[in-house]
Amino acid sequence: MDAIRRYFRSPAAVIGLVLLLIVLVMAMSASWLYPREPLALAGRPLIWPFTNPRFLLGTDNSGRDIAAQIFYGARISLLIGGVATVIAIAIGILIGAFAGYYGGWVDNVLMRVTEAFQTLPNFVLLLVLVAVFGSTLTTVTIAVGVVSWPAPARLTRAEFLSLRNREFVQAGRTLGMRDIQLILGEILPNALPPVIVYASVIMAVAILLESALAFLRLSDPNVASWGNLIGLGRDVLRVQWYVSAIPGVAILVTVLAVSLVGQGLNDALNPRLKGR
Amino acid sequence: MSAPSDAILTLEGLGVRLPSGADRPYALSDVSLAIAANEILCVVGESGSGKSIMANAIMRLLPSGVSISAGRVMFEGRDLATATTTEMRSVRGAGIAMIFQEPMTALNPLRTIGDQIGEMFSIHTDLSNAAIRAKVHALLEDVRIPDPKGAARAYPHELSGGQRQRAMIAMALALDPRVLIADEPTTALDVTTQAQILTLIRDLQKRKKTAVLFITHDFGVVAEIADRVAVMQQGSVVEQSDAASILNDPQHPYTRQLIAAVPPLTSPPPRKLSDDVILTIDNVSKTYRTGGFLGRGTRVTPAVKDVSLKLPRGATLGIVGESGSGKSTLARCIVRLIDPDRGSIVLEGKDWAKMTREDVRRETRHIQMVFQDPFASLNPRRKAGDLVAQGPIVHGTPPAKAIADAKELFALVGLDPSAIDRFPHEFSGGQRQRIGLARALALRPEVLVADEAVSALDVSVQAQVLKLLAGLRQRLGLSIVFITHDLRVAAQICDLVAVMKDGEVVEQGLAGDVFGRPQHPYTRALLDSIPGGDFARRRDDKLLA
Repeated sequence: MDAIRRYFRSPAAVIGLVLLLIVLVMAMSASWLYPREPLALAGRPLIWPFTNPRFLLGTDNSGRDIAAQIFYGARISLLIGGVATVIAIAIGILIGAFAGYYGGWVDNVLMRVTEAFQTLPNFVLLLVLVAVFGSTLTTVTIAVGVVSWPAPARLTRAEFLSLRNREFVQAGRTLGMRDIQLILGEILPNALPPVIVYASVIMAVAILLESALAFLRLSDPNVASWGNLIGLGRDVLRVQWYVSAIPGVAILVTVLAVSLVGQGLNDALNPRLKGR
Repeated sequence: MSAPSDAILTLEGLGVRLPSGADRPYALSDVSLAIAANEILCVVGESGSGKSIMANAIMRLLPSGVSISAGRVMFEGRDLATATTTEMRSVRGAGIAMIFQEPMTALNPLRTIGDQIGEMFSIHTDLSNAAIRAKVHALLEDVRIPDPKGAARAYPHELSGGQRQRAMIAMALALDPRVLIADEPTTALDVTTQAQILTLIRDLQKRKKTAVLFITHDFGVVAEIADRVAVMQQGSVVEQSDAASILNDPQHPYTRQLIAAVPPLTSPPPRKLSDDVILTIDNVSKTYRTGGFLGRGTRVTPAVKDVSLKLPRGATLGIVGESGSGKSTLARCIVRLIDPDRGSIVLEGKDWAKMTREDVRRETRHIQMVFQDPFASLNPRRKAGDLVAQGPIVHGTPPAKAIADAKELFALVGLDPSAIDRFPHEFSGGQRQRIGLARALALRPEVLVADEAVSALDVSVQAQVLKLLAGLRQRLGLSIVFITHDLRVAAQICDLVAVMKDGEVVEQGLAGDVFGRPQHPYTRALLDSIPGGDFARRRDDKLLA
């Protein structure tokens, strides 16, 4: 396909994809490389990295293997990023499609609701949700998804607004299609590319949101996540800075990879915008 | 070759290379032309012939990836093909000016007309602001805009299409350029406005002795305005000569084909029409209301006012009119894409104007529509076969059978049945319009509404599609409502014609009567404005003799 060929023509996009694949392989190989529970005590606390061959990346302040936590943490970050993105995009497309297709009062009501969500800072809303519903992995993931939907909703609505009066949609209507057939079969496939590209931004932000929650020790403490590790490292930041720095680098690399892939997708799916 | 000795602008063996992956390696190859002062050279060709690329190559405004690869563009002793950007800036606007097809997009919507014309002077001269203002008013008077002072203060959206084009011409002529390049300047305009703008360009050219390079696809316009003509095909000039000899004695087969494809003005002898009326439109009205709050300050636009028409079974009813006459709104009312406010639309005993949306959805197979734009009317993400099979599948035909039927329909409209797996972008404009036609026919409708169905096509393709439509009418017993702004096309295919102006039908009757003996002054004005009318009449007389 043309889009795939265009994607691989951009070096940045290929680097992003390779980085993302590395994180993915880390997540998949975690239980094979580190069969022991990552949150179990493994050795002396605060071993510096590259000093003990058993703990390549050292240990944290309670003596847990940092490398194992990084590998298991990749799972959590990708899981939260992926699921939260799917939730946000699904809600966004549903609301945006109805608002854009029907217009009028439907559009007015849905957009006022969207704006109400947008005026609240994401993170504050996330804190409220976690405070109310607790901080298990499931609630955190859903909460991150729920605070991220307004942007894709607006994007979908704008696409629907410009597409709904195109001649091919009118043609579908004269053929006797139902509204739902027009929305799903005719308009949505044409509205999707920019939304897919935006999904990468949501995924990157979702990973960061979870890390920020964990840094405040408000994420699920019973899973090995990068954010939790950063939060732990906070206590020993001035001397054993590596405890926070190593998961920080992991987050940086993952978010960078997702952004590069998103940019590459954008150039591949909207070739005319490139080179402007 | 009749190249003038006193040429101002000369193209010598100009070649323009396209980026790799385009449909041909060169947009232009070995184009040699010369334009003298005080003459209008028309460059004619169909879409893709390279005529616009040529204009942009002269101005060095080629899109990125497209570059001049050979030849010279000589202007005032300089080769523009190798001139620096700084040199080009002093040539553009002052030495060679350009007007474009769509005046709305060529003008900046956020600045007044006077401001934008005045910019020409502030960039190229040292005149004071007061002097510039006086010059702008004089220019707007020159192009005969009503109320020049008011027009100078107006924003582009406050003027009509014709007035905007006049403003563009004023801007182009501001610095008395020696050459004016006009790229399809009247294509987006109505036929009466087109006639006025052509006269204006002709007059100004005579008075200022400008050399005009006029690019068009319409041989009618050529007959109206050209001193000399160059015919382009696939990036080369196939024939050039003075206007009279090209029009009356074309040498190259392609030129002959283009001239023959210009639809004649006279309609074919009337066919016998059935007494059985299939579609009755009675007092249909549609009014648009925009803006306003709680009923105050609402803008009311009556788009269709009390229109009554009858379509006999098997006949073609043409609805002609200029933009804003309400003809497209009427077409959309008939297929209920728009709900009419009042009146009845009776098809086979059922009043469509009063049906619920759900009823319309079920009954829609009786009446189908063909749309104007062959690019916008097909969903780019569906295969051609799916597009045609969609309608029957929605109404309950099993997909396998619908696809098999689609193959037959492809053959019926003159497409290769094996092409059903291709996507719309892999077809040409004319082929796409055939797909649109096949899609409409898939539901076996009794009535077909064609909204400007051939307007976006080149003349030769237009002739083919019209022929197809006439053939299908015969074979399938179709009754057609044919909406068009082009009276020549209407004369070709319609049995009955209704002329619309400002939402009302001002004249209707048999096509031969309306075109042969127009009663209403507006119909007469429309017929007189057709470019190249005299030429077409003479050609038709010659053909008959």
